[in-house]
Amino acid sequence: MCLAIPALIKSRDGEQAVADIEGVTRQVSLQLTPEARVGDYVLLHTGYAISVIDPAEAEETLKLLRQISEIR
Amino acid sequence: MKFVNEYRDPELGKKLIERIHRHTTRPVSLMEFCGGHTVAIFKHGIRQLLPDNIEMLSGPGCPVCVTASADLDRAIALARLPGVIITSFGDMVRVPGSDSSLQQAKAEGADVRIVYSVLDALGIARDNPEKSIVFIGIGFETTAPTIAASVLQAEKEKINNYYVLPLHKLCPPIMKTILDLGEVRLNGIICPGHVSSIIGSHPYQFIPDDYGIACVISGFEPVDILLTIDMLLNQIKNEAPAVEIAYRRGVRPEGNKQAISLMESVFDVGEADWRGIGVVPSSGLQFKVQYERFDAGKIFHIKPGPTRENKGCICGSILRGVSTPLNCPLFRNSCTPEQPLGPCMVSGEGTCATYYQYGDSHG
Repeated sequence: MCLAIPALIKSRDGEQAVADIEGVTRQVSLQLTPEARVGDYVLLHTGYAISVIDPAEAEETLKLLRQISEIR
Repeated sequence: MKFVNEYRDPELGKKLIERIHRHTTRPVSLMEFCGGHTVAIFKHGIRQLLPDNIEMLSGPGCPVCVTASADLDRAIALARLPGVIITSFGDMVRVPGSDSSLQQAKAEGADVRIVYSVLDALGIARDNPEKSIVFIGIGFETTAPTIAASVLQAEKEKINNYYVLPLHKLCPPIMKTILDLGEVRLNGIICPGHVSSIIGSHPYQFIPDDYGIACVISGFEPVDILLTIDMLLNQIKNEAPAVEIAYRRGVRPEGNKQAISLMESVFDVGEADWRGIGVVPSSGLQFKVQYERFDAGKIFHIKPGPTRENKGCICGSILRGVSTPLNCPLFRNSCTPEQPLGPCMVSGEGTCATYYQYGDSHG
């Protein structure tokens, strides 16, 4: 039930935003993530953005994955 | 989808599995707490790909499943009150209570509506000022801040016909309870991802400190989970238990302070009744005194009958990781997703429903 999926913030008006989830647009509340900006990906859970995805951390994790998958 | 597909890369997955096989030296028991992880592990066949000496146990991280029958009976009693519209997340309506279910109450004339978000429940309240709208507030720390936000929104808009039956539960306290019960011996815990987006990594620190058990917070894609298992094995091998985050794109050590602050402004920590475990102090959320007017459990006078558990259903011990669905005589016989006898078969992330759908060659 704690499912959350990445959604791209397309526009915002106060605490309300419109987000794109693979071509589907939805109203999203930013009450829990007021720092979210247009162009950010957020984790969307039951209509609320619960976290702004950190692209730098995502890249770091991928780098780590590539590294450790090569280390014997 | 960005931030999803990269973590489904089969090549990366294959290399991680090879690495896990190389690095497994002794038998270990790992528990995934979250039902979402249980589903992901089964869906991607991860159990079958792991070495035989890694035992994977499923924990109590399914909010529908851990809702006690007594609380479900209260929800059903509320549904039977005249002028009440019940709003609920989908799975909840099919869970059998002592004598009925929300679905059955609906068939008998109650107004029970499935919503995707608590925002939909607020919308129903706005559109039906002459009715009382009760949201069945289940969920862990991921969901509780959204409910808190809805209550603050209702207060701001002066929506006076919106109520919540607060059944929220907290993860770290129940992890402690399960460890203290001592029924399962664990070497590592796959900590919930989106609960941790809210609470961060610090609340799990007692697990390595007091119990010497490795903890890694995981995302939900197959590569996320394999990375988590690899990190757990590394901690176990080095005998250096800690709390690490494998899901760094979605979880910060400090969590989401805004969400925590909203949650704390509306709710106090209090006891909660867990199916299969019982009443556990400080493991749930109750309305603060100044928000009690939103508490459906206090505002409406309901007297549900005595609680009865379904005979033979072992959902409780499955939620504690002590049994698997394969130990249950009802599983796949009289209990199926079409005719569920217990909540673990109802919820899409319930352990029984997951075993039913994806099978388990280890069983």
